[in-house]
Amino acid sequence: MEYTVIILLLPMAMFLLLGLLDSKLSPRMAGILGTLGMIVCTAVAYTTAYQYFTQPRIDGEFPPVTAINIEWLRFTDFLHIDLGIYLDPISVMMLVVITTVSLMVHIYSLGYMHGEIGFQRYYAFLSLFSMSMLGLVVATNIFQMYIFWELVGVSSYLLIGFYYTKPEAVSASKKAFIVTRFADLGFLIGILILSFYTKTFDFATLTAAPGTIITETAGASFLGCSVAAWALALIFMGGAGKSAMFPLHIWLPDAMEGPTPVSALIHAATMVVAGVYLVARLFPLFCVTPEVLDFITVVGAVTALYAAIVACVQSDIKRVLAFSTISQIAFMMVALGVARDTDLHAGLGYMASMFHLFTHAMFKALLFLGAGAIIHAVHSNEMTAMGGLRKYMPITHITFLIACLAIAGIPPFSGFFSKDEILTAVMNKSLFWGIWMTVVAGLTAFYMFRLYYRIFWWNKPDYSHHTPHEAPLTMTIPLIILAAITCVAGFIPFGEFVSVNGQPYHIHLDPTVATTSIIIALIGISLATWLFLKENKKPGAMADSMRTLYTAAYHRFYIDEIYQFVTHKIIFALICRPIAWFDRHIIDGTMNMLANVTQGVSARIKGLQSGYIQSYAWIFLAGALVIAIITMCCF
Amino acid sequence: METPMIYYIIISTIMFFAGVYGFITRKNMLMMLISIELMLNAVDINFAVFNRYLYPDAMEGMIFTLFAIGIAAAETAIAIAIIINIFRHIRNIDAENLDDMKY
Repeated sequence: MEYTVIILLLPMAMFLLLGLLDSKLSPRMAGILGTLGMIVCTAVAYTTAYQYFTQPRIDGEFPPVTAINIEWLRFTDFLHIDLGIYLDPISVMMLVVITTVSLMVHIYSLGYMHGEIGFQRYYAFLSLFSMSMLGLVVATNIFQMYIFWELVGVSSYLLIGFYYTKPEAVSASKKAFIVTRFADLGFLIGILILSFYTKTFDFATLTAAPGTIITETAGASFLGCSVAAWALALIFMGGAGKSAMFPLHIWLPDAMEGPTPVSALIHAATMVVAGVYLVARLFPLFCVTPEVLDFITVVGAVTALYAAIVACVQSDIKRVLAFSTISQIAFMMVALGVARDTDLHAGLGYMASMFHLFTHAMFKALLFLGAGAIIHAVHSNEMTAMGGLRKYMPITHITFLIACLAIAGIPPFSGFFSKDEILTAVMNKSLFWGIWMTVVAGLTAFYMFRLYYRIFWWNKPDYSHHTPHEAPLTMTIPLIILAAITCVAGFIPFGEFVSVNGQPYHIHLDPTVATTSIIIALIGISLATWLFLKENKKPGAMADSMRTLYTAAYHRFYIDEIYQFVTHKIIFALICRPIAWFDRHIIDGTMNMLANVTQGVSARIKGLQSGYIQSYAWIFLAGALVIAIITMCCF
Repeated sequence: METPMIYYIIISTIMFFAGVYGFITRKNMLMMLISIELMLNAVDINFAVFNRYLYPDAMEGMIFTLFAIGIAAAETAIAIAIIINIFRHIRNIDAENLDDMKY
């Protein structure tokens, strides 16, 4: 399947073409070119998926295919970095997800970004992002993944800061870059430790014999945990940074400063699930260190609850969606954390996580694109500027409602099936986390419907100066396509394609869990309906009754302020400032002193180079005389 | 009775240092050139005298004297040419005006 390389090369070529020609192309031309490129990519990705999943199973599983592998850098006899394309069920699934969402966003942006300055640049960056994200998922080895991992970080930075004249966008892009970069430091150290002991970067080799790392590191431990556990925990840190896990989530809500389609593509559907994908990719390794998986479960569960609570009180619709993304990704993390690779039953979480990744990408992209259409219509992100929009924007309304139902977990929409699998997997592992996650699922239903009612029902604000209108066709078509996918994706026999050991898994619903989750989702929705259907005083009264909690949640439990305190008051004031002083006064001082002494001396003696031949003659004569005198005195 | 060698050497020393003095103190470049000639001639005298008194059988000193006179003539011709060119440029041949080569 060598042709899969087109999926990477085409967006790269588009990036170079659009980026280099930039304003020489008309915006319309650039948009169409970028979209056409993405259409071809999507077609190739679908062909790949079709061909991959129709090939005969070997021992019941789809064998991984290394379509291309080129040695790029060789360090030692056994350590070398390759670039290639590795196809296995999850990477093929990711190819489909990324190209689909990316294509939708490309089409949508034709309408949404119409008339923006830098339209061509925007499409160039979108192509760069698509290339990096696709390269990340098909990586044959962990180092290639790391390279593309950083590339998606860069393109995310570029796209968040797309409106670079806006100070908030600039600081948001910096924040996103620095926070994820900090997490990637852990990732890099993890990779180095791992490759030091296993002597390979290759995913196929790493996951084929996951026990090797234990035997290789035999007995080596650090702070009470084995080196293998440390390596994997550090790799997870990289994933947690990209996937916005608590406490590294702070960049994602701010990243909403970017254009809305970018939020849909990068900060909801694709890039932020890279962390989940990373853990899934190295899953057999994580299974030999169950303590790391337990750690992932705890981090995921805490993040899920935290983000869900915060999402209930935010007033900026994109921020609500951002926190909902964090919460949903945390669901996937928890599912991975509770999974084990012993058998299909224990590995249910793995399948559930990938399934939820797939469905979530579709309905969250739909939610963001819908939010984009709403923002496009009312020119504001704030809920206070919205209300009663269902009459003005019927298509957006219906598609948004479908996405809300899906994320809330109402059958037959896709979110129900994947979330149900996650809850079943968590319940199997531990009742405590099972109940915890069910509560979060209820909160999800509540805050999503709070958002929905607040936008489409509630009371109409004054629209007299500007009547909202339905978005153009380029924007509604992607909404309709994604809504259609959301309606049917739940019925895909996902377990047949992706499961922990490759054997087909027949998804069956656990009646107890399914009923519980539907009931709790309905409770959440009813509560939201009671509070937000019509304008009333109840939400305000409720907020007043829990003023402390409300304020804390509104300020995202002061996590940003804590970071601000730690970085400014502790790291900057106590560590950086003394170091800066030392650098400025001791290091620079030494150098300055040398320079000043040289300069002073030369200023004094430069008079000797007067240019007057006669003074030179004088000095020459005097010197000759002195030497003559010395010679005479000595001999 | 021949004149003792020391008299010649005294004469040449006086000439040499007169040349050095002139080279250092004169502003006019022609005067400096003349001073250089004075120094060269002092050296020529020394060559001739040492050859005549110390090694009467050899001729190297004399040959060197003739050689130095020839060189001095050529050198003077070049120096005069340079001085004339400088004069055309700055209408002046004072050495203190020529400080383009300073630091």
